[in-house]
Amino acid sequence: MAVTTNDASAPEPAPREPEGVTETAPIHPVLEFWHYFSENKGSVAGLFIVLILIALAVFADVVAPHLPSEQYRDHLLQPPAWQEGGSWTFILGTDPVGRDLLSRLIYGTRESLFVGVIVVSISLTVGVSLGLVAGFFPGIIGTAILRLMDMILAFPSLLMALVLVAILGPSLTNAMIAIAIVLQPHFVRLTRAAVMAELSKDYVTASRVNGAGIFRMMYITVLPNCMAPLIVQATLSFSTAILDAAALGFLGMGAQPPTPEWGTMLSEARDFILRAWWVVTFPGLAILISVLAFNLMGDGLRDALDPKLKRS
Amino acid sequence: MLKFILTRIGLLIPTFIGVTIISFSFIRMLPGDPIELMAGERGIEPERHAQLMAQFGFDKPLWEQYLIFMGKLLDGDLGVSIVTKKPIFDEFFTLFPATLELALFAIVFAVVLGLPAGIIAGVKRGSVFDHTVMGISLTGFSMPIFWWGLLLIIFFSGILGWTPVSGRISVLYYFEPVTGFMLIDTLLSDEKGAFRSAISHLILPAIVLGTIPLAVIARQTRSAMLEVLSEDYVRTARAKGLPPFRVVGLHALRNALIPVITVIGLQIGVLLAGAILTETIFAWPGVGKWMVDSIFRRDYPSVQGGLMLVAAVVMLVNLIVDLLYGLINPRIRHAR
Repeated sequence: MAVTTNDASAPEPAPREPEGVTETAPIHPVLEFWHYFSENKGSVAGLFIVLILIALAVFADVVAPHLPSEQYRDHLLQPPAWQEGGSWTFILGTDPVGRDLLSRLIYGTRESLFVGVIVVSISLTVGVSLGLVAGFFPGIIGTAILRLMDMILAFPSLLMALVLVAILGPSLTNAMIAIAIVLQPHFVRLTRAAVMAELSKDYVTASRVNGAGIFRMMYITVLPNCMAPLIVQATLSFSTAILDAAALGFLGMGAQPPTPEWGTMLSEARDFILRAWWVVTFPGLAILISVLAFNLMGDGLRDALDPKLKRS
Repeated sequence: MLKFILTRIGLLIPTFIGVTIISFSFIRMLPGDPIELMAGERGIEPERHAQLMAQFGFDKPLWEQYLIFMGKLLDGDLGVSIVTKKPIFDEFFTLFPATLELALFAIVFAVVLGLPAGIIAGVKRGSVFDHTVMGISLTGFSMPIFWWGLLLIIFFSGILGWTPVSGRISVLYYFEPVTGFMLIDTLLSDEKGAFRSAISHLILPAIVLGTIPLAVIARQTRSAMLEVLSEDYVRTARAKGLPPFRVVGLHALRNALIPVITVIGLQIGVLLAGAILTETIFAWPGVGKWMVDSIFRRDYPSVQGGLMLVAAVVMLVNLIVDLLYGLINPRIRHAR
């Protein structure tokens, strides 16, 4: 463009200003991301719900009307406020031992988000590292890692997690470890595939020629360019982690009573399904809403971060 | 084609050996030794302990134990359950038809609803119907199915009283199992109303188990349709003036179905294994419930054997799907 303008008569030192076009400064990456992300209304709704969940988890002590484990002996299985026999002291009713359901659900967000954060952190860190190694050393080491992941994937994930917890002993911590082990092969495969695609590019060769060490190559040169699919997978794994932890809790192999974990609450409520619909309905609804929110967000992230990845 | 089949089977063997190693090592990873664990809190006397260690072969070195395990496995011997004293192989395959029956009905439910929904959503992209289908299927995909099962029980069994709560058939009926498939067995028997009873027991678990595959199939069909509808040959077909129904039904659908069939096949594998929660809720006497019960009863030989057999079944189903995929899509077959 600069060639065509008459530089002698240009009074202002504007570096490049094609005529008729206003400033075309590149959009900030965050804004660009938000532009694509907000195109999908569902994802924005998902993000909104996730933010609410985080707020509830952080401020549970303030928001919850009662303590999660406090038992009101005079109010066993009291129905929700709007039903006959209910009261506004216990908005969503009480459970079989007289604990306020709403407060337990609010405190339960802590458990579920905690599970999500820990599981995703473990499986992401381990999975990405193994995936990087498998990508950089495609020989015996890479093949061995991939075969091992295939073996883990050959087992149905919930069954595998169940057996692992049975061996480690039923608790929320062990449930998280088991779920992380079951989820990380996906990260390994994704990272490896992304690394393989990047390795042939010029910037990687340039970095290598400049004498970058192997760790620098892995984590600083290549990894940042492989992040898009990993972020999407991390979001979707977050919802899987919540769902699986709840399932394990439901089977009695996750968080143990009296922890206000949603799946465990459902399992305690099972005997009352035909008598007190609310003790069954609300914890499940909480699980569904959280999982749905993360899945919606994951869909939006996928569209925004990598238009090439098709929605499936 | 033969080469393709052999390569695929060849790829599977190391994975299967790995699966046996993992299943085998689970019991050995336990802190303490397996006999003590099986004895649980009751404890066990030292002599009896040593005797049992020798009986189960736990006193031998690990590699030797594994070789013995593999040798027996090739003879179809997975040991006996500690609780029932029956061979694990027999236990598994007595219960397997129940799981298979449930899984097949679930997948039929999912395909019958999911396929048309996905096709119409794809053709009428952006319509209200499309948004509704996608919304419902994302909800179904996020569904905690153990809760979904309880809700359906509350509604259909509790409020409406239409369906029974658990089991495969009413206790009123008794007959010798012939095939292990309740629907076939009830038809073969002379008991009146038995078939009806079996159907009414099957319907809720099948819906619950089929919910996630339904969501996956609808989403997958829609995106496959969208992709195919933008292809040149579809435009050509339209330009030739073919009626829209023919274009969609004949030209687009047949090609869109190729990836969908794979997804359906893979879902069968998931279902056979994922029946754990559904079977637990509905007290369905299948493999999933048996595995959960075995875990709670500390019946570790059953857990070990069951884990391996379930993985083997899933691998087998996936292999068949893979081969069928190669059969319908020559591009895959010749690519490797």
